[in-house]
Amino acid sequence: MNVRSQVSMVFHLDKCIGCHTCSIACKNIWTDRKGTEYMWWNNVETKPGTGFPTAWEDQEKYNGGWKVEDGTLALRSQSRTKSVVNMFHHPNLPTLDDYYHPWTYDYKNLFDAPEGSDQPIARPISMVTGEPVAIESGPNWDDDLGGSPVYAEHDRNLEGLSEEQRQQLFAVERLVFFYFPRICNHCLNPACVAACPSGALYKRGEDGIVLVDQTRCRAWRACIAACPYKKVYFNWSTGKSEKCILCFPRLETGQAPACFHSCVGRIRYLGVLLYDADRLEEAASRPDDELVEAQRSLILDPFDPQVIAAAAANGVHDSVIESAQRSPVYQFVKVWKVALPPHIEYRTMPMLFYVPPMAPVMANRGQGVVDSVSDDLFHDIEAARVPLQFLGNLFGAGHDAKVRYALRKQKAVRWHRRAETVGDVDRATADRMLREADCTAEEAEAIYRLTSLCTFEERFVIPPMHREEALQMLEEPMEHKQAAGFGFIKAPRRGV
Amino acid sequence: MTSVLSLDALLFGVLPYVALAVFLLGSIARYRGWRYSYSSLSSQFLENRQHFWGLVPFHYGILVVLTGHLVAFLIPRSVLAWNAQPLRLYVLEVSALAFGVLTVIGLAAAVWRRITVGRVRRVTNTRDWVLFAMLGVQTVTGVLVAMLYPWGSSWFAATAAPYLWSLVFLRPDLTAMAAMPWLVKTHIVTAFVLVGYTPFSRLVHVLVAPLPYLWRKPQVVRWYRGPGVVS
Ligand code: SF4
Repeated sequence: MNVRSQVSMVFHLDKCIGCHTCSIACKNIWTDRKGTEYMWWNNVETKPGTGFPTAWEDQEKYNGGWKVEDGTLALRSQSRTKSVVNMFHHPNLPTLDDYYHPWTYDYKNLFDAPEGSDQPIARPISMVTGEPVAIESGPNWDDDLGGSPVYAEHDRNLEGLSEEQRQQLFAVERLVFFYFPRICNHCLNPACVAACPSGALYKRGEDGIVLVDQTRCRAWRACIAACPYKKVYFNWSTGKSEKCILCFPRLETGQAPACFHSCVGRIRYLGVLLYDADRLEEAASRPDDELVEAQRSLILDPFDPQVIAAAAANGVHDSVIESAQRSPVYQFVKVWKVALPPHIEYRTMPMLFYVPPMAPVMANRGQGVVDSVSDDLFHDIEAARVPLQFLGNLFGAGHDAKVRYALRKQKAVRWHRRAETVGDVDRATADRMLREADCTAEEAEAIYRLTSLCTFEERFVIPPMHREEALQMLEEPMEHKQAAGFGFIKAPRRGV
Repeated sequence: MTSVLSLDALLFGVLPYVALAVFLLGSIARYRGWRYSYSSLSSQFLENRQHFWGLVPFHYGILVVLTGHLVAFLIPRSVLAWNAQPLRLYVLEVSALAFGVLTVIGLAAAVWRRITVGRVRRVTNTRDWVLFAMLGVQTVTGVLVAMLYPWGSSWFAATAAPYLWSLVFLRPDLTAMAAMPWLVKTHIVTAFVLVGYTPFSRLVHVLVAPLPYLWRKPQVVRWYRGPGVVS
């Protein structure tokens, strides 16, 4: 057992209101520099939809993630030798047009335009060339199903859905969508890291955050193609790759990442997971339908004395182990099993988990009334307006068993609370629901509390990062004594 | 050695050492002081299709041609022996010329792309244009030499290789160079200038070609404490 700690996340999709506050918080802090205008380290997609960059889930086009070849894991985008060839021209690199051409407006013209018979206008100006530009798409162009026939229809996750199910999904008055906020998953088996010829990308040993060493990145672009989630971006101005850093400077000072902190729907949870790094490769090589379970099995019980001993032996700080014991992510993912990894079939072992959405209400509109109060209050999962297969494609590698389990449990929690507070459903039925969902009343209560009544401190259990100790190991503590004060910081600049 | 003050002496006796010194000191200083700037500065992200038709032929062409030069420099005798049979000589010459032409075509396509595609022009600065001009002179003269003064693979081994070795042994022997046609001289001088220009250009990406990827472990983990790279 090789115990390591990983800062992990849960996004509760039922709570996301699609406000994009998270994206803006991130942009204002990290990506409002030249060359990063088009980047959205955090973005919010509408599902069904093709997302950002367009059709990122289409691995036939992008060749991201891993495949199993003769029983061993291999990157889809390159072998060692192919990495050399790809250096001159990468066949799977998305280009600016796959994201969008960033623009601003010529606001000055509104003030400076000479007097004339027409109203002055602010023309869109490219943030790359500075020339006027025709706006053709944006980072959330298909928000709220805007332009569905062009976008939503091409969602890869519609694969395997019957014609009838597809029609239902888009039928007027029945159509349904949900939001899918995305950041870097800080994977256990990151494809970007494995693809970087320069070794510029790395995983931090102590907390598992995946970073790009800016001084080692040489713009070979392999990471961008290899990340199946398209969460490494290319800064066209500095010639360096950049990605979500999980706001590590904030985490190191005990603050939640900006997108977490600002989340209006309070959908985000953060906490430490302990996992067994020795079994990683084996778990990531399992057949598709076993992957969710295999990943779960890597996550270790932070209360198990053996695990604690092994963790301590591996240098995991006591305070981190204690933090892992309070981790909300551990509850959602391992104990309750209601949070699932996105597209685990890419085999990067993502450490951001999603509670699949039940909302909008499972009701279907029939005979002119919204039919939601029946003895089957929240309807059966099978009759959900978002077809199970769709969610299975997103969160179960094409298999819906784990999604069904998660949704059923959530439904049981609602029945349970309905019986408690409203009382219009009887206790016996609620208990039967709980039993069928493999859930006890106590567990349902705990899920309810962490979902609905959670405080800031319960949502974000940030482990002490012990950066100060880390620094002491890297540098002589007295080295900078009497040396601080005025100085210079070099801004990143392109080339020489 | 001929007159110390002659132009030939300057270009072939002094310039090589100056270029090499500037190259070494410049690259090391840049690597130590401003490592961040070591990047290939790829622009594929901004334009994809023309990038392929320019960059791929250019890189394969230049790699083969440079390797050819290197081999002829390192083992001139073997090259001469190979060329002893006319058929083998023709094969070598024709393929060398083909890759040379490929390089020129690739370079032309890449420069054309930089001129015509607005987005890419935006990320091209004066240093880049100077570099492209130098590369242009270098590759075009190279191809012309190959066409106008045939069997270069043989006479390179007999004249240029000994000259280069004389530089290595710090006893520059300029007799062979002084007798060269001006086209060949231009090719050689531009080569030295390019070497000296490297630390001031995007060419430094050649120095950080990531060979260790061919054998390193796939995953990279960095610890504050303990080993730098383990997985
Ligand atoms: S801030 Fe929260 S609720 Fe709003 S879009 Fe982002 S994740 Fe959803």
